[in-house]
Amino acid sequence: MKKLAKVYVALVLMFLYVPIFVMIVFSFNTTKSRTVMSGFTFEWYEKLFRNELILSSLRNTIIIAVIASITATILGTAAAIGISRMRKFPKMVVMNITNMPIINPEIVTGVSLMLLFVFFAARMNLEFGFVTLVIAHITFDVPYVILNVLPKFKQMDPNLYEAAQDLGCNPLQAFFKVVLPEIMPGVISGFLMSFTFSLDDFIISYFTSGSTSQTLPITIYSMTRRKVSPEINALSTIIFVIVVTVLIVKNIIENRSFSKGTREDKA
Amino acid sequence: MKKRFSSVLISAPYLVWMVVFILVPLIMVGYFAFTDPEGNFTLDYVADVARYSNIFIRSVWLAAIATVVCLVIAYPLAFILTRMSKNRQSTMLMIVMLPMWMNFLLRTYAWMALLGNNGIINSLLGLIGIGPFKMLNTQGAVVLGMVYNYLPFMILPLYSVMTKIDKSVLEAASDLGCNSANTLFRVIIPLTVPGITSGTTMVFVPAISTFIISRMLGGGGNLLIGDLIEMQFLGNSYNPNLGASISLVLMVIILLIMTIMNQFNDDDDKVLM
Repeated sequence: MKKLAKVYVALVLMFLYVPIFVMIVFSFNTTKSRTVMSGFTFEWYEKLFRNELILSSLRNTIIIAVIASITATILGTAAAIGISRMRKFPKMVVMNITNMPIINPEIVTGVSLMLLFVFFAARMNLEFGFVTLVIAHITFDVPYVILNVLPKFKQMDPNLYEAAQDLGCNPLQAFFKVVLPEIMPGVISGFLMSFTFSLDDFIISYFTSGSTSQTLPITIYSMTRRKVSPEINALSTIIFVIVVTVLIVKNIIENRSFSKGTREDKA
Repeated sequence: MKKRFSSVLISAPYLVWMVVFILVPLIMVGYFAFTDPEGNFTLDYVADVARYSNIFIRSVWLAAIATVVCLVIAYPLAFILTRMSKNRQSTMLMIVMLPMWMNFLLRTYAWMALLGNNGIINSLLGLIGIGPFKMLNTQGAVVLGMVYNYLPFMILPLYSVMTKIDKSVLEAASDLGCNSANTLFRVIIPLTVPGITSGTTMVFVPAISTFIISRMLGGGGNLLIGDLIEMQFLGNSYNPNLGASISLVLMVIILLIMTIMNQFNDDDDKVLM
């Protein structure tokens, strides 16, 4: 039984990792072939780093993700403060609308925003590009911030805020010195989720980008349409290495703070 | 009362944002679905959707197969995971989730190289003298792409409900005379229903609305609802009214599926709602 379980886990992991492994191997291939390894080269990596289109869309992606996730975190945290104080019915209405971008298929969110932007583009001086992308990203980011922050208010003692004011804080001080530290874990995880979703998003960006401002996933998409482009393999390999490194570092940090935490508990 | 009002006021910027960028766009989808380009009320476009019923049936069918395959693969895996030591559990979970961190376009592109007529799988099969098989541009490839991309969405919710099952419950079941099949069907599966329903929704919704997987792995012959919508907005046939109608029908289908899923759940843990 135990052996069977091990074989099963190994098979599933093979299914998950064989495609990635193949891409990594063929990113070093001397020819464009995707089936025969004919030699080892860094050619595709060099081409990748000289590809202006990829570099500029990478820059765009990061700028958009930073602006959108920071804005969404501020907007969403403020929203969560208000929503946590709302009465039952308005709270239910607001939360149902907030959940829409999460429940709806991404393509519907993308299309609906595109319709709105087309409407504005026809009447005002709005062009598809950077601005529409940032607005779209904020829109699908905020619900995740709210969903991460709101439970923290439920866990928090509602009297803390008033106690701080009784002890001489003005409302702003009470918020920054007492409330914010309490909800900080939710704010941070909301921000991180927003940031990664923004970096990774293709579908909603695809419908709201226009031709002037492209993000990396959109550039990747147009590269995959051109069938054979080994630079994609090189790019995937780099992204994979970055992801693995980040996750390992994160794990080490978490383990360290975990063991530190248990030690403090004992003491 | 005054206090409540002022703290609710803090959420005003978001409420405005929510109305303008979530609510109004969805209302616009509804508006476009029921009007013609001149803005007159019409049911033509909604009726037109019926012409594409074969694409709708194919999408529901392929997404359903992919969801079932994900469930069948993920269920034993999640169970095995819960049996490991705590440290190994978190490592394994990280390994399972890691591919999700790569953009799904790259992951799907990798399968194009594996499945092609001159692809790696066919060349390996050629070495032992069988094939080549046509694998790319088939419905099977589309299902495979869906399973590959969305499998972790099924593993995670199943794993999280399974870790909550008290081991003594399983011992009690066997003490009371259940064999392992009985324990599985009468104890474990009923206890994991919330995980099954949320995993099903999390796989089915992106699978039924995808347009990339079908385009990259299915060739031109296996269009799905997502392709159809995309074509109305960014393809050669710009027709936002028809596109909005199709989107509306897609939303209704998904709402129906989620309502059905919620019927299986207790009141306190509804799927996402």
